[in-house]
Amino acid sequence: MADLSVKICGVEFKNPIIPASGVFGYGREYAQFYDLSRLGGIAAKGTTPKKQNGNPAPRIAETPSGILNSVGLQNPGMDAFLADELPWLLKQNTVILANFAGSSPELCAESAAKLDKTDVQMLELNISCPNVKNGGLAFGADPKTAAGMVKAVRAATTKPLVVKLSPNVTDITEIAKAVEAEGADAVSLINTLLGMRIDLRTRRPILRNNTGGLSGPAVFPVAVRMVWQVANAVQIPVIGMGGVQSGKDAAELMMAGASAVQVGTAIVADPYAPLRIIDELNDWLDENGIATAAELTKTVKAW
Amino acid sequence: MTNDKYTEKLMGTVRSMRKLTDAAWDMVIDCPEAAKKAVPGQFAHLLPEGNYSLRRPISICGINKEEGTLRIVFEVRGEGTKTLASYQAGDRVNLLAPLGHGFTLLPSDRRVILIGGGIGTPPMLPLAQYYGENAVCICGSRTEKAAVLQEDFAKTGCKTILCTDDGSAGVHGLVTVPLAEELQANRPEMIYACGPMPMLRSVAAMAKEQGIPCEVSLEERMGCGVGACLVCACNVYINDGEIHAAHVCKDGPVFDAERVVW
Ligand SMILES: Cc1cc2nc3c(=O)[nH]c(=O)nc-3n(C[C@H](O)[C@H](O)[C@H](O)COP(=O)(O)OP(=O)(O)OC[C@H]3O[C@@H](n4cnc5c(N)ncnc54)[C@H](O)[C@@H]3O)c2cc1C
Ligand SMILES: Cc1cc2nc3c(=O)[nH]c(=O)nc-3n(C[C@H](O)[C@H](O)[C@H](O)COP(=O)(O)O)c2cc1C
Ligand code: FES
Repeated sequence: MADLSVKICGVEFKNPIIPASGVFGYGREYAQFYDLSRLGGIAAKGTTPKKQNGNPAPRIAETPSGILNSVGLQNPGMDAFLADELPWLLKQNTVILANFAGSSPELCAESAAKLDKTDVQMLELNISCPNVKNGGLAFGADPKTAAGMVKAVRAATTKPLVVKLSPNVTDITEIAKAVEAEGADAVSLINTLLGMRIDLRTRRPILRNNTGGLSGPAVFPVAVRMVWQVANAVQIPVIGMGGVQSGKDAAELMMAGASAVQVGTAIVADPYAPLRIIDELNDWLDENGIATAAELTKTVKAW
Repeated sequence: MTNDKYTEKLMGTVRSMRKLTDAAWDMVIDCPEAAKKAVPGQFAHLLPEGNYSLRRPISICGINKEEGTLRIVFEVRGEGTKTLASYQAGDRVNLLAPLGHGFTLLPSDRRVILIGGGIGTPPMLPLAQYYGENAVCICGSRTEKAAVLQEDFAKTGCKTILCTDDGSAGVHGLVTVPLAEELQANRPEMIYACGPMPMLRSVAAMAKEQGIPCEVSLEERMGCGVGACLVCACNVYINDGEIHAAHVCKDGPVFDAERVVW
């Protein structure tokens, strides 16, 4: 039995496996399958200041080794999250990352200030959603706007602030350095890659939004590369994600530079994916005589 | 996917597999836990063996609690359903079931009308079994050869009316023609419908006009099937006409037709 615990920005995780924001709702749906306390943490569904209905359906398409989604941040709004969801989540005996987004730095700062008054352990600022017009990627695609966003949010909270980055940029390290300079405590990556599928028969895009975000095993090598680049560009911890399907994938992402790993798309088809991945990671560490998961981080011997 | 102890919890075994038409298959699955809980209108979410990132939602068409089986009837549409069609008795099948919110059942002596269009017909069968001779079941099909489950419906004792687009059997035309006649002849206490959107829209409009409660089973592309990923949105009215994006997998697939934003 290896020691799976990791520590990020002073927060203790019992293991490094965290369901990613957007696939796990606010946790309730999966509590019927297993005790959520077995998870390293939970990144809650991205929450905006006001209720949003999201984009029209269809919002999902299958792709080779992946999926496209165009949910567009459907959520009940920050006040409903704080009143109806967060108190329940905080009772699950695991680390909660409150993922949030908004259409301006002021609005995001307001949300951060509200979250700051709660017992939530970490804030995950999403500046990388490819499916909404205002906010999301509009801030994450440019180092200056990303910095402006993080500056405003940083001033509103003393809680550990994770900034979630987009892969839809020319140089992700520029964005990572910009948010680090404004006081981000960690970065998480990658959000989805912008993609599109077309139904040949109807000549219509499958997604009603035309385009959507690609995730799943198809993006895993991109995630490994970007986690590695970012881990070498900043001093703050990196939380890695993108296509993780197995314990070995998690180990690979940690070697590339991740201190913890989020799992998204794998859960969409398999509710038990996070538990299986935790077990597989443990078995792999044991088989290889490695005592702790934490010692994997950033140990790739690059050529 | 490896068959670890977690995946094992989701595995059923194919008890029988039968070809019904050129495109439709009838699969009975041993899955006692799921069968125990299932109610009419719910669905099973099947992960075909192979390189699939998503499950396939298929309505439950038969529930046998004593035998511990669920029955599904599906048409081959794309790769996933093609793979499912290759399964044989004895094969293991990965399913999440039962999922979703089923039909509202009235006391079984009430008069109801069931409407199934094409591959929307299967979920009507458990209702026909429940209401028996008090149900009228109107099925729409492209052509006689594509119609499914007609013998099964006859066995339940309900009155069955088949409509075909090409007139190869039964009524030549849409289900709404016999529906209008039935509504005139003998007012039902509920109409249940599943099938293509235009059909559901017409049925819902007719039910509304006559003030008859109507429940429809909707389709949408799905991810998780349990209400967490929020991809399967369907607009419904809540409170005072406010439009809310509900989710077909959890809030549905069965909705009160009056709440749906058609
Ligand atoms: C609640 C519900 C109940 C259903 N019940 C039945 C049933 O009893 N019998 C039956 O034959 N079919 C049923 N369907 C439709 C069935 O899910 C699709 O035909 C099937 O998913 C197609 O998969 P594929 O791999 O063959 O097609 P592909 O086109 O290769 O599938 C690609 C992706 O699109 C999705 N998709 C494609 N068409 C549909 C569709 N019409 N609805 C939802 N997702 C779709 C697939 O699930 C998959 O994720 C139901 C759908 C829903 C939502
Ligand atoms: C259906 C769906 C919804 C998502 N919603 C959010 C969201 O609300 N906020 C967010 O930061 N990321 C969201 N994401 C992105 C994931 O958290 C993750 O970054 C991405 O999917 C890559 O990981 P994966 O390949 O393991 O899924 C969503 C992804 C999916 C598939
Ligand atoms: S399929 Fe995930 S919410 Fe409906």
